Amino acid sequence: MDDLDRRLLKACENGIPLQPRPYKLVGEELGISEDEVIARLRALIDSGVLRRFSASIGHLALGIVANAMIAWRAPEDGLDRLGRALARFPSVTHCYSRETANGWPYNLYTMVHSRSKEDCLQMAEEMARRVGIDDYQVLFSEREFKKTNARI
Amino acid sequence: MQEGFPLVPRPFQEIGEKLGISEEEAIARISWMQEVGSIRQIGPIIDTRQLGYKGILAAIAVPSDRLDAVGARINSFREVSHNYLRPGPSGYNMWFTLSAPEERAAVILEEISSLGLPLIVLSTRHLFKIGVKFDFL
Repeated sequence: MDDLDRRLLKACENGIPLQPRPYKLVGEELGISEDEVIARLRALIDSGVLRRFSASIGHLALGIVANAMIAWRAPEDGLDRLGRALARFPSVTHCYSRETANGWPYNLYTMVHSRSKEDCLQMAEEMARRVGIDDYQVLFSEREFKKTNARI
Repeated sequence: MQEGFPLVPRPFQEIGEKLGISEEEAIARISWMQEVGSIRQIGPIIDTRQLGYKGILAAIAVPSDRLDAVGARINSFREVSHNYLRPGPSGYNMWFTLSAPEERAAVILEEISSLGLPLIVLSTRHLFKIGVKFDFL
């Protein structure tokens, strides 16, 4: 990735213009051709810098009203096994292991989205029972302060 | 479009062809979806781990009368991608994610820490899953 790639990603970070030739417009901003914009974006996908180039969905508008982060306390020696087990649930969109902090012993995190809080709680109970973790917290998002794509 | 937006000179024309509508209609429909918030944007999804960035989930305990001010301060960092109010028994109620080179992440956390509120920093160890698709759409 070179400096022009960085400038290209910054130029696209708030979304490409919804115009017939969006990559041409982006290229004009950077002083490069439409073909080069396309070639560079493809190369960034091939090299893995981009997971993909795609539409990001606004959940609220689609009726996915409840989004819960479930924090799990997993035994350290079972962390990988339990992380993989939780990740296998279709309702889990994200699953991470993380460092703990003083007074906060939870080390595994899953995100679930659903149409209601009750749904999310049921999912959490089901997951807890099936993987065998009994210490967890379900944290619902009650207000969105910010949601963007990751930026360079 | 969730899995991949066409990287071709006339992407909306290509989408229109798949759906049996004109390029113009594809643009009009997508513009509408963006306006109402069904689609946030069309753009690059960066894998910041590939750039060696540190991924952090952090939570801060914010008194209810300071939510807006603290939220605005945290959001002012472009490296903060998500920030939600998630109340819980621990008292940590504002949860945000941050992705940046390690030194920059430390600077941001130091500035947030200087607000004087209890803060926990939970660095990513391992990513087991990251998905986007919503099957019920």
